[in-house]
Amino acid sequence: MLEQLTHHLPALQTVIPLIAAPLCMLFGSRHIAWTITLIASLATFVISCVLLAQVIDGSVISYHLGGWEPPLGIEYRIDAFNAFVLLIVSGIGALIPFYAPASIKSEIPKSLHSYFYTAYLLCLTGLLGVTVTGDAFNVFVFLEVSSLSTYALVAMGAKKDPRALTSAFNYLVMGTIGATFFVLGLGLLYILTGTLNMVDLADKILLLEDNRTLNVAFAFILVGLGLKIAMFPMHLWLPNAYAYAPSAVTAFLAATATKVAIYTLLRFLFTVFSFDYPFEVQTLEWVVLPLAIMAMFAASIVAIFQTNLKRLLAYSSIAQVGYMLLGVTFLSKTGVTATIIHLFNHAVTKGGLFMAVGALVLRYGSPNIEDLRGAGRQMPWTMAAFVAGGLSLIGVPLTAGFISKWYLISAAFEANHWVPAILIVASSLLAVIYVWRVVEAAYLQEPANPTRQIKEAPPMMLISTWVLIGASFYFGIDASFTTHAASAGADMLLGSVDNSAHIILEPSHSLIPHVTPHGQE
Amino acid sequence: MHHHLILRIVSKFLIPPILLYALYVQFHGDFGPGGGFQAGVIFAAGFILYGIVYGVSHLRRVLPPALVRALAALGVLIYAGTGVVSMFLGFNYLDYAAFASDPAHASHGQHYGIIVIEFGVGLTVFAVMTAIFMAFASRAPEIKDTDW
Repeated sequence: MLEQLTHHLPALQTVIPLIAAPLCMLFGSRHIAWTITLIASLATFVISCVLLAQVIDGSVISYHLGGWEPPLGIEYRIDAFNAFVLLIVSGIGALIPFYAPASIKSEIPKSLHSYFYTAYLLCLTGLLGVTVTGDAFNVFVFLEVSSLSTYALVAMGAKKDPRALTSAFNYLVMGTIGATFFVLGLGLLYILTGTLNMVDLADKILLLEDNRTLNVAFAFILVGLGLKIAMFPMHLWLPNAYAYAPSAVTAFLAATATKVAIYTLLRFLFTVFSFDYPFEVQTLEWVVLPLAIMAMFAASIVAIFQTNLKRLLAYSSIAQVGYMLLGVTFLSKTGVTATIIHLFNHAVTKGGLFMAVGALVLRYGSPNIEDLRGAGRQMPWTMAAFVAGGLSLIGVPLTAGFISKWYLISAAFEANHWVPAILIVASSLLAVIYVWRVVEAAYLQEPANPTRQIKEAPPMMLISTWVLIGASFYFGIDASFTTHAASAGADMLLGSVDNSAHIILEPSHSLIPHVTPHGQE
Repeated sequence: MHHHLILRIVSKFLIPPILLYALYVQFHGDFGPGGGFQAGVIFAAGFILYGIVYGVSHLRRVLPPALVRALAALGVLIYAGTGVVSMFLGFNYLDYAAFASDPAHASHGQHYGIIVIEFGVGLTVFAVMTAIFMAFASRAPEIKDTDW
């Protein structure tokens, strides 16, 4: 029985939240919906832990949906890299049910709470699905499942600020353009190769020589995913969407949605395409590298001048995306490892920061730095979490951010890219400025309204915030887990596709002999 | 629309064949072109026509919004649940071979499986199409300029 269960884990990873979502809607009561959400997100977290433990040694789990053999059928394919990303997404997801109730009570009308949980679970399904699947078209489908539910989640901030509606619509337009570009790229790949399975695509692309259709497909996929990632000149949907969405949604999205999009980009850059493909190397060196550096600076500078704390952190996220893309452009294993480490560390840090900001917004009723003056004394625990997260964002030693930047800089040195290495340090100094602005307002300035009594944040919100902030310190002091998982993931991405090394878990008694012709025990 | 006698009578004639055609597309989908998506839209078209001609309030009496929401959720559950059932029968997720009564004829299972799945798809597509129509037709007043 247990063996059966382990066999189905890759499918259950997405199926559990997928089934939980309509159940939330069917029951309609927000308390039942919350309970279902809690059970489903904890279950997905446990599943992702088990999966990661199975594949961290470099093996691969392949699950054939519907019993159809890949490349014909849809394959769920789990290796060290996507198991790590699954852990990030489901780990943050497991905190949301603890954080959300107190936060959404003031931000979303009560009648919409069960829809909130439905949309959240669908978003989780989509993000996990993108990560778990080994089929390129399936990626598109799950990307849309997560994006469409995200638009609804962002729009739910409309009770507090009607601008949530326009930012959700803006996000919808940009996100749909991104998805369209992505699917156009996939279509071109399909015309060229006749397959949609990623591993099969990789094999067939290797055989193609200099091919313009392939280059166009690559460009479409890069731009499409670039929009979803908020890669520098295509980032304009992000600040408003993050600023006006309910706080719990912002925390979840900032920690997971762009991370999963970056995962997808890496998957396409390395599993489907590879460094053997000259057009990719040129694009990374001449297009992505300058854009990444511009993101690091432009977004950080814009962040310095923000008055809205949520927007400030949103711009900082765009800058952090720059770091992640920069790691890839060094074209080395260390670079990719740095990107994956930063993916994890930034998810933890930014999730914690947005949770702290959500608690501030709950008590002060406004995300403006001006209104948060004196918060350091009125909400000491929340503000302390913010400062700790800010330190990690800057990259102070003993925080997770330091580990990321350490790896990034060593990758830059390894590739003899001295200028980017210096620029990484310089842009970190910009982070000092924007974090300091908040610290100054919160600790050194008098409260905007000294007579107003402000209570500390509700305990559940505080605990979930501190779990993430604590994690960002833990992984800054003892980085062995993150570096081990990230380098296993990077090995998986950069290693040649070797089909013989795979552990293929197959059901022992498939009944369709004409579909699964060759040997299973 | 009370004075549009012709429209009302014609739509009364049209709605039953529309619904019937939707059912044909739904259940003939595994032999010919069709399936849950198309059938769901056609089925919803019948109700939307009714809503346009007789008014949204009448449509709500026929199809209470709560029922529409429940149907939308139920369709997804039918789809996902089919996969879970096949899992419990010892097959991979959504492996319809699980539903074959006789293991020698696994294709029978494929037949049953796809009919159930497509029914779930049809139900959700129908419910969501109607819900979208209701949402647009009975939407709240515009946001005032002062709210911005």
